[in-house]
Amino acid sequence: MNFDFSDDQRLLQDAVRTMLAETSTSQAVREVLEGRASHAEAVWHNLIEMGAAAAAIPEQYGGAGLGYLALCLVAEEAGRHLAAVPLASSFYLAAEAIQRAGSEAQKQHWLPKIASGEVVATAALGSRERYRPAAPLAFDGQTLTGASPALVDGGIAGLAVLRVGDDLVLVELAGTGVSRNPLPSLDPTRPLAELRFDRTPAERLAGANCAAVASRVLDGAAVLLAFEQVGGATCILEATRDYSLERKAFGRQIGSFQAMKHKMAEIYTAIELARVHAYYGAWALSSDAPELPRAAAAARVAATRAYTVAAEEGIELHGGIGFTWEMDCHLHYRRARHLGQIIGSEHAWRARLADELIKEAA
Amino acid sequence: MDFRDTPEEAAFRAEVRAWLEANGQKRTRPDEVFGEGLDDAAKLAAAKAWQAKKAAAGYAAITWPKAAGGRGGTAMQQVIYQQEEAAYLVPGMIFEVSIGMGLPTVMTWAAPELKARFLRPGLAGEEIWCQLFSEPGAGSDTGGVRTRAVRDGDDWIINGQKVWTSGAHFCDYGILLTRSDWDKPKQEGLTMFIVDMKAPGVEVRPIHQMSGDAEFNEVFFTDVRIPDSYRLGPECGGWKVMLSTLMQERLSVGGNLPTDLHAHLIALAQQCAWDERPAIEDDRVRARIADAYLQQKGVELVIARGLTAISKGKAPGPEMAITKLVAAKTMQDIAAFAIELAGPEGLLGFEALGGDWRYMQRLWLGSPGARIAGGTDEILKNVIAERVLGLPGEIRSDRKVPFRDLESA
Repeated sequence: MNFDFSDDQRLLQDAVRTMLAETSTSQAVREVLEGRASHAEAVWHNLIEMGAAAAAIPEQYGGAGLGYLALCLVAEEAGRHLAAVPLASSFYLAAEAIQRAGSEAQKQHWLPKIASGEVVATAALGSRERYRPAAPLAFDGQTLTGASPALVDGGIAGLAVLRVGDDLVLVELAGTGVSRNPLPSLDPTRPLAELRFDRTPAERLAGANCAAVASRVLDGAAVLLAFEQVGGATCILEATRDYSLERKAFGRQIGSFQAMKHKMAEIYTAIELARVHAYYGAWALSSDAPELPRAAAAARVAATRAYTVAAEEGIELHGGIGFTWEMDCHLHYRRARHLGQIIGSEHAWRARLADELIKEAA
Repeated sequence: MDFRDTPEEAAFRAEVRAWLEANGQKRTRPDEVFGEGLDDAAKLAAAKAWQAKKAAAGYAAITWPKAAGGRGGTAMQQVIYQQEEAAYLVPGMIFEVSIGMGLPTVMTWAAPELKARFLRPGLAGEEIWCQLFSEPGAGSDTGGVRTRAVRDGDDWIINGQKVWTSGAHFCDYGILLTRSDWDKPKQEGLTMFIVDMKAPGVEVRPIHQMSGDAEFNEVFFTDVRIPDSYRLGPECGGWKVMLSTLMQERLSVGGNLPTDLHAHLIALAQQCAWDERPAIEDDRVRARIADAYLQQKGVELVIARGLTAISKGKAPGPEMAITKLVAAKTMQDIAAFAIELAGPEGLLGFEALGGDWRYMQRLWLGSPGARIAGGTDEILKNVIAERVLGLPGEIRSDRKVPFRDLESA
């Protein structure tokens, strides 16, 4: 029984944590929050340089070839430090889709560019919930026309993988007929944009069965995002704990009141359950286990719940100061919402988990 | 990351499995218990016979040193044995206090001749031990015990009452926490003894639980004489002795849940209807099944983390407290939801509703006890808040006051 990461993987995590503590500061995140930057440039540069972002891309395609377990721990640190970078869009989604469905030529061409940070990529692989009918995207085998759904990092991406009907389509965003429309976001540290195409050259990802590939990529992203969520939740819980030891009311540290202690114990419990589900998802992802759909959905639901609760109650336990722009509480509140919804909601993934469990029981 | 056994662990597991197959009887229903259909005396005899066999094979106290009659094995081997034994009909609770609390306390604190006297018969199940800490006025706050120990020559005379004593009605010996000095503060005036449960003046009365069972007892002590040689640890050192007893539980990994709980819920949902359709097709029911799995599997995985620590030769941390906290409440929630699925008919006892419902009904009636035993939800949240998160302890007014001056005394 060894339900833990290896020492080497932990060393990488420590290095990433040290780097992010120095660079992904509240100030750096706020540069993006307040619209002065599209992403945290120095953080992104370092994650690429360290080989951390491309941990799961094989060396033959320009990655570090460290595998998914390493990337999971990178994700945990990115979440903990609210890294305002296109890690999920480029690496959990786009690069994964290309790795799993691209032709050898497509992989040879694009993966090294993504791994080196030369190109930021984004992806829209579909979700069950929808507000408005999707704007029609049409792909004729060679060109793409229409509007994309809101894409994370769509403003800076050079490449997108889009689900169009039964195809996964690869489109270079420097091509002709592309226009970008930045959209306001509930978490401005992760900016959204719509892309419009007018007979833009595009190509199909070669692999067959696009629905299965999309589903597999989303399962992997669910696990990786769960690590970000666990990292973020842990960070806001620790900040809340620290504040409750500092702040005094009625002649005592507010953290000495049982109402506060018990609530923090409950948040901690939710986070630890999410953490072990994320670990289990990491195991399933890295070993390509048949349990992956169930493990990924469980990690997703547990981690979304944990970060949501930690962020909501983190503000509550801080009291009035937690409701101010200056405190970082709202950064977590926003990020928890973003991470919890960007690849489909808690509700949708809970339904998927139930489907898997009932299927297995049959 | 690897859920498989190491080669050494796998070899030990195979050995255990072979022994259990040759000597044990497998469970046929998830809620089947040891000795169903036997009367109390026959059940106890069968339990003792099993324990004797287990001890002779070296599985009764795997982690104990060989000199004390144990196997000198690792904590991981102990865990593997328990995992394998879980599929078998074995007398679970009966020897748990003997092996887990009573005898280890004797091993740590008693004189050599007492160890020689008690350890071997205890391990072999010839003598059974109970633990006498809780009192009507000292539950979560164990330091408040009032059972009085007064020195009389070479003896001590004991008067008072204990409660929640598992198995006292069939036990031979107990470890007894008493108050020997009322002028010292709460936790400083306590002394621990070995008590002969068959001695004159010991009276055991069963407690009829809300579940209908009677696993616990009240124990009354009236002028019971204990020789000073049966004292464990120094006079007024009882608190420290008790902590050492509870420390034995550190290597256990907290609460547990049956791993088939959500599958059981699915099976029942498949039998029930909602608006003339199978309830299993209702999305709200499905969402509850998903949540049940998240809690249940979560506990299993937290335990797997604890086992990883054990496997590496470390002790699991205080964060293991969440397993009991989550397990007990999850048991209650899942059982209540399962019963709800059948609507008004779900109120029928399983004898009328069908044997499939026995399991969930037993869990439902047992879970309130599970949420209290071994630390209430509220105490466990304090443990997590204070020992894991580093939040301040509760404000206490009883720390430095002589016990006799406390209002509760």
